[in-house]
Amino acid sequence: MSKLLLLGDEAIAQAALDAGLSGVYAYPGTPSTEITEYIQNKTEQSAAKVHCQWSTNEKTAMEAALGMSFAGKRALVCMKHVGVNVAADAFINSAITGVVGGLVFVAADDPSMHSSQNEQDSRFYADFAMIPVLEPSNQQEAYDMVYQGFKLSEELEVPVMVRITTRLAHSRSGVARKAECPQNELHFSEDPKQFVLLPAIARVRYQKLLDAQAGFLARSESSAFNRYEAGTDPRYGIIASGIAYNYLMENFPDGCPYSVLKVGQYPLPMSFVSKMAEECASLVVLEDGYPFIEQRLNGLPGQGSRVLGRLNGFVPRTGELNPDHVAKAFGLPSYETFELPDVVQMRPPSLCAGCGHRDMYDALNEVVAQKGLDSKVFGDIGCYTLGYLPPFKAIHACVDMGASITMAKGAADAGLPYAVAVIGDSTFTHSGMTSLLDAVNENSPITVIISDNETTGMTGGQASAGTGKLEAICLGLGVDPAHLHVLSPLKKHHDEMVRVIRQEMDYPGVSVIIPRRECVQTLARKKR
Amino acid sequence: MKTDIFISGVGGQGILSIAAVIGEAALHQDLYMKQAEVHGMSQRGGDVQSNLRISDKPIYSDLIAKGKADLILSLEPMESLRYLPWLSKEGWLVTNSKPLINMNNYPEEAALKEALDRVPNKVILDVESIAKDLGSVRVSNIVMLGAATPFLGIAYEEIENGIRRIFDRKGQAIVELNLRALAAGKEVADRMMPKSL
Ligand SMILES: Cc1ncc(C[n+]2csc(CCOP(=O)(O)OP(=O)(O)O)c2C)c(N)n1
Ligand code: SF4
Repeated sequence: MSKLLLLGDEAIAQAALDAGLSGVYAYPGTPSTEITEYIQNKTEQSAAKVHCQWSTNEKTAMEAALGMSFAGKRALVCMKHVGVNVAADAFINSAITGVVGGLVFVAADDPSMHSSQNEQDSRFYADFAMIPVLEPSNQQEAYDMVYQGFKLSEELEVPVMVRITTRLAHSRSGVARKAECPQNELHFSEDPKQFVLLPAIARVRYQKLLDAQAGFLARSESSAFNRYEAGTDPRYGIIASGIAYNYLMENFPDGCPYSVLKVGQYPLPMSFVSKMAEECASLVVLEDGYPFIEQRLNGLPGQGSRVLGRLNGFVPRTGELNPDHVAKAFGLPSYETFELPDVVQMRPPSLCAGCGHRDMYDALNEVVAQKGLDSKVFGDIGCYTLGYLPPFKAIHACVDMGASITMAKGAADAGLPYAVAVIGDSTFTHSGMTSLLDAVNENSPITVIISDNETTGMTGGQASAGTGKLEAICLGLGVDPAHLHVLSPLKKHHDEMVRVIRQEMDYPGVSVIIPRRECVQTLARKKR
Repeated sequence: MKTDIFISGVGGQGILSIAAVIGEAALHQDLYMKQAEVHGMSQRGGDVQSNLRISDKPIYSDLIAKGKADLILSLEPMESLRYLPWLSKEGWLVTNSKPLINMNNYPEEAALKEALDRVPNKVILDVESIAKDLGSVRVSNIVMLGAATPFLGIAYEEIENGIRRIFDRKGQAIVELNLRALAAGKEVADRMMPKSL
């Protein structure tokens, strides 16, 4: 079969389809979004029934995937790294229940924070949950690992995490496919207690998970994804995980003189590490993300001083690795090059021309300017976060999805006279509804602006779970109908918007204002 | 054979369609390739780039090392300069001349020109006006690609075939238009290059 030119994300999606996937569950998030989108496109074109509709958030995605696994079928769940925080309750407990149908959990990390608030490393979550991790170094491995990951999950009876980073997710290369497997038949666990985590049962399940750890390690030690390549120069032994392996080998095109342990499966294959520690003077750890492996080795008595990595500045402590970091670390010659000319200026992203968020901020800013220091605007996560930048400079906080409403409430509780929350429609249904209920239950003096563009704009315009339902949701949560307003964010309605925002900021209770106009990008895509 | 290319521009300009044609041609010739793209936040009018690597041997890194790129192919002049530290001393810079100004501290025209003048190997052309003359600004990207064809390490005919395959489902007229755009770009590059090359 000829090779397909696929993004890392697409390779994962194709592998899942070929492995007999019955459903993907996900909430959009860079750099994981294209996995689900690929499956949606493929499913549209084929007769095969694969669930692929977006979930409302990462937790609902994880739980639905676990339900599909409960019913014996293979499920894929995908999210960006911070999504794992949202899914964490279900995720950690899914290791205790275990699985029936294979469950592959893709966590897409974003070292360097290209599109994120932090660069947390999902391998810690897998370690916390005590489940195996697969970490590909390239697109073909991403395919192979996901394809085999479902089987591994079924054999080990736990979810398996596939951990990728932005660079792999969004880089394209040729990928060879394997044979297509049929979907699993509906079937259930023979143990009726497996998924009932009452304390008495949970203790038994937890012990089972602990007892399985030695087996997970044995699988790692024998995995083809972990490879020891013996070198000739014993000064260094290099442990390179995932995509970091590429940056090493890029610098040694004719072969690396040092021994290399290429890590693609966890738990960390300790017998290889011990062998390397015996044979080599120093151990170098190259890993994209946090110093996860490095920390573990640093903990070994007597090893600490000879482990080189992010923690002691051998390579940078933060951010994505690249070939230049590795060259510098090993003192390899760099290439002569040009200076960056000083005419080159930063070009930050900005809200599209014609975006409704612009009109919303223009109106809000006018009212906030009058209230002065008595008012603060709590932003949230989405295109409208760009309202922080000039010309708007409109928001004073942006933390995690849904935090706008609850932070506004907390600040109002503390005595802030005018607390405003600005949140997008998709973020509202992701995590803002419970926040709003808290505010309604105390009739907190906050003004919530749900800037509704009827799409999930920032991640490329996916369907938004609350489209057409926002007023009903707010009323259902108990918002007073007299303080719920829908506006049309256009220049010609500026004065009307200013009036309504001012009126509701002056109202000492919960009000919700919904400026609604479709995202111009989504609209343009529909017309194409 | 090995060609390392930085493709750059501003989010929304469509640098990925250029990469797609080169990638298609490379894969069709059984070359190895890796192409790292930028998705996400910066696609909203920020600076975007793609590292495109083609080789007849396996490629490890998705990212090009500093000083190793053979070509910078840019849809925007200031954006072409952003990646100069990655360009090899012998490398070529091929860029659209027309600024896209969506920021308030965009450099003065003269300063920008002076910085571009300092790059020894370059092809600078106004792709939009060439595309307009051909009948559609929408083929600006392909004019740009045409101007880069002498530096790709892939035969011109193979790039033409890549265009045929990629635009096939849009009909013969669109294929022809894009082929003319490719040729128009190449013609400018041929004119600007020293004969010895
Ligand atoms: C927990 C979590 N999941 C996903 C994301 C990725 N993400 C950032 S913004 C966004 C979409 C927000 O959509 P919406 O609130 O409708 O605002 P819009 O971008 O459309 O203006 C998503 C999914 C994230 N940052 N955090
Ligand atoms: S993508 Fe849509 S929501 Fe985002 S800035 Fe552009 S128009 Fe606004």
